[in-house]
Amino acid sequence: MKHHRILRVAAKLLIPPILLFALYVQFHGDFGPGGGFQAGVIFAAAIILYALIFGVERARQVVPPSVALFLVAAGLLLYAGVGVASILLGGNYLDYSVLAHEQTHGQHIGILLIELGVGVTVAAVMITIFYGFAGRGS
Amino acid sequence: MIEAHLPALQVVLPLIAAPLCVLLRHAGLVWLFATLVTWASLAVAIALLQQVLAGGVIVYELGGWEPPWGIELRIDEANAFVLVIVASIAAVVMPFAKRSVADEVEADKIYLFYSMYLLCLTGLLGIAITGDAFNLFVFLEISSLSSYVLIALGKDRRALHAAYQYLILGTIGATFYLIGVGFLYIATGTLNMVDLAERIPQVQDLQSVHAAIAFILIGIGLKAAVFPLHLWLPNAYCYAPSVVTAFLAATATKVSIYVLLRVFFTVFGADFTFGVVPMTAILMLLGGAGMLVGSLVAIFQTNAKRLLAYSSIAQIGYMVLGLAIGSVTGVSAAIVHLFNHAMMKGGLFLVLGCIVFRSGSTLVRDLAGVGKSMPLTSAAFVVGGLSLIGVPLTTGFISKWVLIEAALEEGYWYAAVLVVFSSLLAIAYVWRVVEVAYFQEPSREVAALREAPMILLAPTWLLILANIYFGVDTSVTLGVAEQAARTLIGAGP
Repeated sequence: MKHHRILRVAAKLLIPPILLFALYVQFHGDFGPGGGFQAGVIFAAAIILYALIFGVERARQVVPPSVALFLVAAGLLLYAGVGVASILLGGNYLDYSVLAHEQTHGQHIGILLIELGVGVTVAAVMITIFYGFAGRGS
Repeated sequence: MIEAHLPALQVVLPLIAAPLCVLLRHAGLVWLFATLVTWASLAVAIALLQQVLAGGVIVYELGGWEPPWGIELRIDEANAFVLVIVASIAAVVMPFAKRSVADEVEADKIYLFYSMYLLCLTGLLGIAITGDAFNLFVFLEISSLSSYVLIALGKDRRALHAAYQYLILGTIGATFYLIGVGFLYIATGTLNMVDLAERIPQVQDLQSVHAAIAFILIGIGLKAAVFPLHLWLPNAYCYAPSVVTAFLAATATKVSIYVLLRVFFTVFGADFTFGVVPMTAILMLLGGAGMLVGSLVAIFQTNAKRLLAYSSIAQIGYMVLGLAIGSVTGVSAAIVHLFNHAMMKGGLFLVLGCIVFRSGSTLVRDLAGVGKSMPLTSAAFVVGGLSLIGVPLTTGFISKWVLIEAALEEGYWYAAVLVVFSSLLAIAYVWRVVEVAYFQEPSREVAALREAPMILLAPTWLLILANIYFGVDTSVTLGVAEQAARTLIGAGP
């Protein structure tokens, strides 16, 4: 698609706001609609758009498949790790209240961290699946 | 401190280990790590069973949220026993996996294989441990999705097709379960199993509650491969890597049968399940037909793996029959057969794994004369086969004895006759393999086969000998199963 100038320019214009919007949905998720899953999908959509317009090869330079796979695991580890941390701090598994000195603050930190884990894993899974399909036959 | 968090650790240990496997990458290291994790899981499961036997039901509030609002893990004798079954099979299969998986799975996918194996274990343990009907669906999906991947990793290209077939039917099953749970949520406004049990009697005349039990029966019936919903099973077991077949055959369908027990007895209650809904007739028919058809079809299979797969369908029929009878003896027959069948089929599929490792084929005609070249492996098949038939001094005999006793107690003499008849059919299909292995002249290739290596034989024989041990000393298995049945039915300890 490299010869489609309009598509290229439009994509270049759109990709940064999409990434930014993904981060907004991610970090605003605990106050409004949104959260890790939606944010991850939006973030991955930006990368996939980049791959569609500029080619899978260049997308692989931006997010190498090995990094994507690492992030799949890392996000899940972050989520499960928050649970282990709350056990170590004396609460039940995934009891965020013990994560900070004050209960509400702890709940806030907990939900932020696990949503981040969800976001990272979902984005990485989407990109990995896309690579899987796009890489067939090549 | 650790004791209080054992319920969470049971699920969290393999859950955290799965992504760590992806980060470790090195095949040998990943195997070692996964093995240690499965052994730790087994230790946790045994500790939980001991805690339950000593002190009754254990409740764990996830995230510190009080049930029925939060998700609780709730462990009584029934699921503690299922946890031990699943964890022990997972732990015994792992040493076997090292050589077998290296032989059957592409080298660059091995670390992903173990990661999926641990995720599947997470799902199965989670299904057994949770006290929340929706949470159960989530774990059902975790175990299902990972098992589709595990099956698709088989060497044979038909494994992909088998995995896809299982994916379609498994997803229908999970969806039906979810629809059932949805109906219950509409009628009662709760998802917690104990809470559901309290509220269902007040709404049991609603059509939606009747629809719910029908959807759940079909959904979980699909996952448990209850006849006639078993179509995915023979292909999935046949083309999956040997380790996966042994692991899934010994655990996945068992956990689904446990879900049926839990939903019928704890959530809906025996009065509703067997009084309002004609569940005895339905399950008796399905179980009986499964026993007959499974055993009959098994006799005519040309592939030993497929033969055992059809035999599994018949064995699931026994469990369903025990469930249908619904008495304490009937349910304990079903529960003890969960354990016994896990030992038999786990052991037998590992035997076939040993043969695949050496010869690469499980076609019955390719087994000709294998008794001479691989004597220890073949002997293991004979002992496992005897247990499958139900010869005295093996676990199979115990299961069938209790089942027939339960059937006669309640006056279902025809069910008892069916069990005996199906066992006679089992002699036919086990004998087919034994006859080919011992009484036919080996081909040149078979004669050149060496005995399977120690690391494969040891886990295989461990499971096979468990068939003898628990066939002689039934105090543990039958004792726990009976207690579990009493807890489920609510007949008091």
